[in-house]
Formats: sequence, C-alpha cells, structure tokens
Amino acid sequence: MSKKTLLNSKDIEIILHRLACQLIENHNDFSNTVLIGLQPRGSFLAKRLADLLKTTYQVEGLQLGLLDITFYRDDFRRRDAPLAATATEMDFIIEGKNVVIIDDVLYSGRSVRAALTAMQAYGRPDNIELLVLIDRRFSRHLPIQPNYRGRQVDAINKEKVLVTWAETHKKDAVYIELK
Amino acid sequence: MSELSVEHLLGIKYLKSTDIDLIFRTADHFKEVINRPIKKVPSLRDITIANLFFENSTRTKLSFELAEKRLSADVINFSAGQSSVKKGETLIDTVNNILAMKVDIVVMRHASVGAGVFLSRHVDAKIINAGDGTHEHPTQALLDSYSIREKLGNVKGKKIVIVGDILHSRVALSNIFALQLQGAEVKVCGPTTLIPKYISSLGVQVETNLKKALEWCDVANVLRVQNERMDIKYFPSTREYTQLFGINQEILDNLGKKIVIMHPGPINRGVEITSDVADSDQSIILNQVENGVAVRMAVIYLLAQQVKR
Repeated sequence: MSKKTLLNSKDIEIILHRLACQLIENHNDFSNTVLIGLQPRGSFLAKRLADLLKTTYQVEGLQLGLLDITFYRDDFRRRDAPLAATATEMDFIIEGKNVVIIDDVLYSGRSVRAALTAMQAYGRPDNIELLVLIDRRFSRHLPIQPNYRGRQVDAINKEKVLVTWAETHKKDAVYIELK
Repeated sequence: MSELSVEHLLGIKYLKSTDIDLIFRTADHFKEVINRPIKKVPSLRDITIANLFFENSTRTKLSFELAEKRLSADVINFSAGQSSVKKGETLIDTVNNILAMKVDIVVMRHASVGAGVFLSRHVDAKIINAGDGTHEHPTQALLDSYSIREKLGNVKGKKIVIVGDILHSRVALSNIFALQLQGAEVKVCGPTTLIPKYISSLGVQVETNLKKALEWCDVANVLRVQNERMDIKYFPSTREYTQLFGINQEILDNLGKKIVIMHPGPINRGVEITSDVADSDQSIILNQVENGVAVRMAVIYLLAQQVKR
C-alpha cells in the first residue's frame, strides 16, 4: 500500500496557528462562540485548537464540546459493520451561540449533516461555521463547504486521507494512501 | 465487538457477557441522550415496532414505548384485553396479522413460558421478550445489573441477594443469569415455599434468614409478592411474611454497613419493603426506572441493526 506524506508535524503546527488566528479574527474574545469537535477524530483537532487559543492567544472562558453523531448518521443499517458510538461531552446549551464545528477531514459532507441534526438537541444556534484540517474537494455528496480549512486536497476516491495525532499515533501527520 | 451475538432478546441465558458489555456501553450513550434538552435521536425512523402485551403491564410497557419513541421508531400497541385473542385467535395468527402491517420488531409479554422462543421460530421479525410467565424478563435484569454497575462501579465480585417471591418471579431467574454471567455472587432469600426446589442447581445459595442474607450482601434486590400468580396459600399471612422477610429501616441500621436496595416495582409498600426504605438514599429504585429507558433503547437499537433493509 503506497503512502504519501501530505503534512508533517511542522506543517500542522503552522496550520493550527493560522486556523486559531482566523478564528480570533472572526470571533474576537469567544464570549458568544463555542467550539464543537466531532467524535471521534475531530475531537483531537478541536482540543488542539482550544489549547492553542487558551495558552498562546490567551482566550479565556473558551467552551469546547465533543459531539458524537453515531445515532444521527444516515447510514444506519447500510454499513457492513455496525457503528460503535463514542461519548458526547456537551455541558452547555448552544441556544443563540455562534458554533464552530470542527472535524479532521471533510469528505462527503454526511458527517457534518449528521452533526447539524445532532446539535438541534442542544438548542438553536445563531450561526454555525465549519472548520476542517483537510478539505477533500470534488468528493462531496451534499452542498456543504468549510469556512476554515487547513489544506485543500484533490484526492481520488480510491485514496484515503489519514490524519494521525501525537496523542494516539506518537506523531502529528497527514498521509494519503491507496485504500 | 459492536454487534449482538443473538438475533432476538429472548432471555439472558442466550446472551454472552460480551453482549451485556455492548448493551451497557450503548446504554451509557443513550443515558446521555435522554438527559439532553431534546431527548430524541432519529436512528430508527424507518423501523416499526409492535408492543404486544398479552398480560397487563404499566411500567415495562411505558418504558419500552418511551425507548422506542426516543429512537424515532413508529410504534403500535396491542393489549390482549380488547383484541381478537378473546375470540380464540392463535398467537401466531395474531402476530402474523400485525406483521403484515410491515412491523420489524415485536416486544411481547405473555403469560406462557417460552412464548417468545416459540414466536421467534415462526415469524420473521426480531422478538424482544418483555416477560414470559414465570420464566424470564431479560430487559429488567439488564437494567438491574446496569443500575448496580452505575452505583457500585462494577458487578463483578459483588454479593447480591434476591429477596422474596422467587418461585413466581421472572425477574429473579433473569437476574440470576445476568449477575452470574458478570461475575457476581448470588443468594436468594425467602420463605421455603416461595423458593424453587432445584434453584441451587443454578449455583445459587439459599438463605431463609433475612438478617443473615443482608449481613452477607452488598445489594438486596427485593421482589414483589406476586399474589396474582399464587393458586394456593404459600405463607400463613401477609403480616407474618412482613415480619420475617420485610425490609425496614431498623433492620438496615443494625447491619453496620450500607447496602444498596433495589426493587423492580410495583412496590407493595409496607409488605416487602417499608416506605422509609423505598425512599431512602440507599434505594436506587428510581434510578432503575430511569436506566430502564436507556437500556431498552440500547437493546432495540442493537437489534434494529440486524433488521434487513
């Protein structure tokens, strides 16, 4: 299986700083903004960004939630292997808030669609934005586009984009490999 | 493992411990869901479930119905009292007529032991046993174990005594299977007339002294005296039963340790358990009711994964 490195840890660090700055530009002190990482893989990126915003850019009182979308997916009973749910950690209501949904890779857009439905259980936000590390354009099934993207990739359907994090794989990196 | 090893939930004796783990892990997520402002997920919007209650039920039926609705399933309810069963229709004909309305899952309570197993062999739907006579009541046992796990952190190694009318109870048998499968020690306690003759063959010890049983255990699961199932007199009087096997606060205070009190309901207050005990901080009776919805959501969700498209 051939595997090509798309981003190394240095690239990812630069991208994280850029994304954090873009968020600050648009959301200022985050007093009315919450970040929501999509479980399981988007949660790593969301936690990294939240840490960066707090420690490097001194954003205080930042609210971060982790949302599991398993029960909202549109492929229940369509998959070969059943989906296992992960934990949702949302101890706040998003009514009237600006919400930034965070995921690692935007591919078909179906996960984001499920997240939009799942979020309705926590209130009606004023505004929702989408932040992704990798935007696989030309592969969308739904009309969903990110507001913030780390890198845009033109990968073909036979290829898989794999994001690894130091917390789980000892190394921050993004690879493209043949499925 | 993310899939049940069984196609139906007919009884705990058909499950593996990994099935129970999966049900509990899934129930954890649903417990979070039912504590949200909007307590509903759309997972089962293309699934239809029939609740067939050939025997009376209040809490189990409500709990199942709520679980089904919170998963967004379409639900139809059937009670034998006002049905064609009264006109002599067979169980299979009744169920097949309902299934012809494109029902995917049947939740059934029936007075006959093995009714769920029988049905699973003759109809093409997933069957969930909501109580078959004095045999099994698997979702009650699952929610009981789940509540013990929630309260004490683990079921393994815990000492649990089931107190009361073991003979007529489907909760007792399912609980014995479920608790033992998870590594708990189980005793039963009650009048000898209300304890099945060969219960020790299940690896269960019998204790007829309530005080000794309570001193031994971490959890007392107190059962209702099922007067409606008794065709003869099994003990001289309710007063005597209460004196020998009723749990009151004084007995608990004299134990020198805090045990957990459970009851599947409905409670005969003042008979098997006094009001102060039922409402005390040692009691997890209302937690059992709340957990019942989450556990039933998990069971339905996991079985629905196997429904053919």
